[in-house]
This record gives sequence, C-alpha cells and structure tokens, in this order.
Amino acid sequence: MSLLIKDKDIVVPGEELAKGIEYSSGYGTYKDKEGIVASKLGLVNIRDKEISLVPLSGRYMPQRDDVIIGQIEDISFSGWRVDTGSAYSAMLSVRDATSEYINKGADLTRFYDLGDYIVTKILNVTSQKLIDLTMKGPGLRKLVGGRIIEVNAHKVPRIIGKAGSMVSLIKENTNCKITVGQNGLIWIDGSPADELVAVNTIRKIEREAHISGLTDKIKAYLEECCKKNE
Amino acid sequence: MNRPDGRRFDELRDIEAKAGIIKRADGSASFKIGDTIAYAAVYGPRNLYPKFLQNPEKGVLRCSYNMMPFSGSGERIRPGSSRRSKEISLVTQKALLPAINLNEFPNSVIDIFIEFPQTDAGSRCAGICAVSIALAEAGIPMKELVAAVAVGLVNGEVAVDLSKEEEDLGGAVDIPIAVTTRSGKISLLQMDGMIKAEDIKKGVALGKKACQKIFEIQKKALKEKYNTQ
Repeated sequence: MSLLIKDKDIVVPGEELAKGIEYSSGYGTYKDKEGIVASKLGLVNIRDKEISLVPLSGRYMPQRDDVIIGQIEDISFSGWRVDTGSAYSAMLSVRDATSEYINKGADLTRFYDLGDYIVTKILNVTSQKLIDLTMKGPGLRKLVGGRIIEVNAHKVPRIIGKAGSMVSLIKENTNCKITVGQNGLIWIDGSPADELVAVNTIRKIEREAHISGLTDKIKAYLEECCKKNE
Repeated sequence: MNRPDGRRFDELRDIEAKAGIIKRADGSASFKIGDTIAYAAVYGPRNLYPKFLQNPEKGVLRCSYNMMPFSGSGERIRPGSSRRSKEISLVTQKALLPAINLNEFPNSVIDIFIEFPQTDAGSRCAGICAVSIALAEAGIPMKELVAAVAVGLVNGEVAVDLSKEEEDLGGAVDIPIAVTTRSGKISLLQMDGMIKAEDIKKGVALGKKACQKIFEIQKKALKEKYNTQ
C-alpha cells in the first residue's frame, strides 16, 4: 500500500512503482499481482493517485489530431502518400487536400510534388495504423524554403513549451519562422546565421529536456548567442 | 578446488554497462563482462519489407548476432553469418520476446544488431543483457528487462559466469540462462556437456540470483544516461 518512487524519478521497465491498490496505473505502466510496474523508460508523473510515465525516448507514434510535418513520398490517382517519420506512412486524399475542384486524372504535382514538405494534421489512425491526413485547418500548408531538422518526438513538448512559450522565445530572439511538428520534424526559416542559432538552441533543448528550469537556461543561452552575432 | 581466476563460485566477472552509445540508433547499449564486450543497437519500429514478412497482429522482432573477425581468442572468425550465429540470433530473439509488447506496432519491425569486438565466453548472455538495455532506451514497451548469465561446472563444482579458460577445462559444462527480471521466468536455457540433475537445479538457482545482480547494473546504466544535471 505504498509508493516506492518519487514524482519525476527516472524508472526502467520492470521497476515496481507502487504496491497494493491505492494507486491506479496510467500510460507507460501496468498492473500485476503485487502492484504497479513501469513498462517503459520514463519520468514518473503522479497526479491524483494515478501513476503514469512521460517517455524519454522512442520513435514517433501517429496520433489523431497531431499536427505534423510530412514529406510527400508517392503520388497516386486519388492523393498523396506522406512519410510521417514513423513506421507508418499516411494518405492525404485529394478531397482533404484542397477545396478546389480537380478534374479526374489531373496532374496532382501542381499542388504537392514528390519531396515537398507539408504541415498537415492527422484526421484518423486505425488499429492497423492506416493514417488519414488533412490540409484543412489553420497553419496547414506546403513549406517553401527554410530548413528541416529532426529531433526526438518525445522532446517536442519541451521545445514548444507551456502554451508555446519556448518556441516563441526562440522566434523572438532569432527572427526565424519556426514550425514544430509533433513527429519531431521542425522547419526553420530565416537568415543563415539566425537559422544556425535556432538549430543549436533546439539541439540544446533536446539534450537537456528532462532538466527543470530549462526556460531560464535557454533564455541566457540565446542572449549570449545574440551578443556574439552582433 | 578454486576457480582459475580466483573468483568465488557465485561471483560474476567485472561488469560495465552503458546506454546510448550509438548516435544514429533509436536505442543502443554496451555490456562488458570480463573480457567479453557486446554492443547492441536497436532500430525501429520501422517499415518492414518484403511485405509478406509483415504481421498485421503485431510487430516483428529481428535479431542479428555477429562476432567480429578479430574477436575470438586466436583464430580469425570468418565474417558473415554461420550456423552458430544464426542459432544464437534465434535464441536471443526468443529470449527477449516474452518481455516485449509488440502489439502496438502491427506490420512493422524492430531490428536488433549485436556486435562483439571481443569475446571470452558468455557472449550470447552478454548480448541479451546489452539488447535489453538498448530496447528500453529505444522506448519499446516492455514488461521487464531480461538478464542473462551462463552457469556450469568448473572442476566439478557449480559456478556462474564461466570464462573461456574455465570453459576449456576438462569436464566443463556450460548452461546459458536468460531470466525475466521481474517475474523470474526463464526465457533461455541451453546446455553443453554432461551434468547431474541436482547440479542443474543448483546452477539455475545460482543463475537466477546472478541475473538480479545484472538487473541492478542494467538499471543503473539506463538511469545514468539521464542523470546529467
């Protein structure tokens, strides 16, 4: 009937988190005869008698309503196949891509060509991981110019920050346009020197994502970088 | 009778484990036990082709065990797969499967590569220990970690973690065991040599105890990677 770990502890699979039935098991944990056990490498998160884990690593798993950055991988009669940066590719149908009328057999490369990057939203994910995408929504578009970098998808919440605080901090300090996809792809557009600062900052956040007080650290880092650039 | 290197019969060789050593892999680990060194890299879940290999119910786990040409004790090892490496790849996969939950990844594959730059007996066990850390680091959902160790007879006595020197003694027996660290189930048990039934029981009990020690080391390796404040 007791807790064996503290909030924010790092635990490994098979580590017992709590004994008895006082706590309920959330994401990344499971229950067995004796208590609650971790099933992933992650940070412990205890809220209202529920123990869950925030995973520290792993590939992106597509989820409904995620806004991601994808790359056009193939074009078919009815739409585009998009690489999502996970084990599963997604389908963007013509109907969900544009409200324009498109003739049967029209040249779809006019909209999105092979290799183009798009900001897109996941409409639905089936149990077999078939994914539907849409381009209808605010901010969903084709990306032109700039550069794409890849980070671990589990670090994305830290890069965005609370209500976008972290990413707007980087935007303000570097004058770059930045779009962060939930799948860990990040688009950065600005002058080459600014882009470099933004990339380095994001890499720093990725490395130190599990450390608390990160926003202040990043603020200081950005100020230092900007001083050097002037 | 003592052991050639002066260890106690239930004493493991020195172990060093490290997580996250290969940058481009989704998860990786090194596991050094005595003079045996294993590097494990995990990639995936990722696309699986050719398509007929896909399983729509759950993900596929693929293992590759490879000793480097210069890794043995003396003779050069012919590069590429052999009867032996194929067998060990298979038993490694079977030893890990009970601990891993692949239901979240239908039609995809998790690839595991284990490389040995240096071997001194107990390589399949070192490989399993390394992969277990690497899988956890890759964020794969697992019920528990898997630890493995060899037990056997040295000079007629039951002992854990045989070295190559001990394995080559006359009448030596080698029994690699893999244990799931929480439920304590055995997921690998092989045997080479002649041994009495009660000695096997004694050996398995010793091996289980040793695996708990290895689990603590695996745990430490994973936690150390993220404790860099």
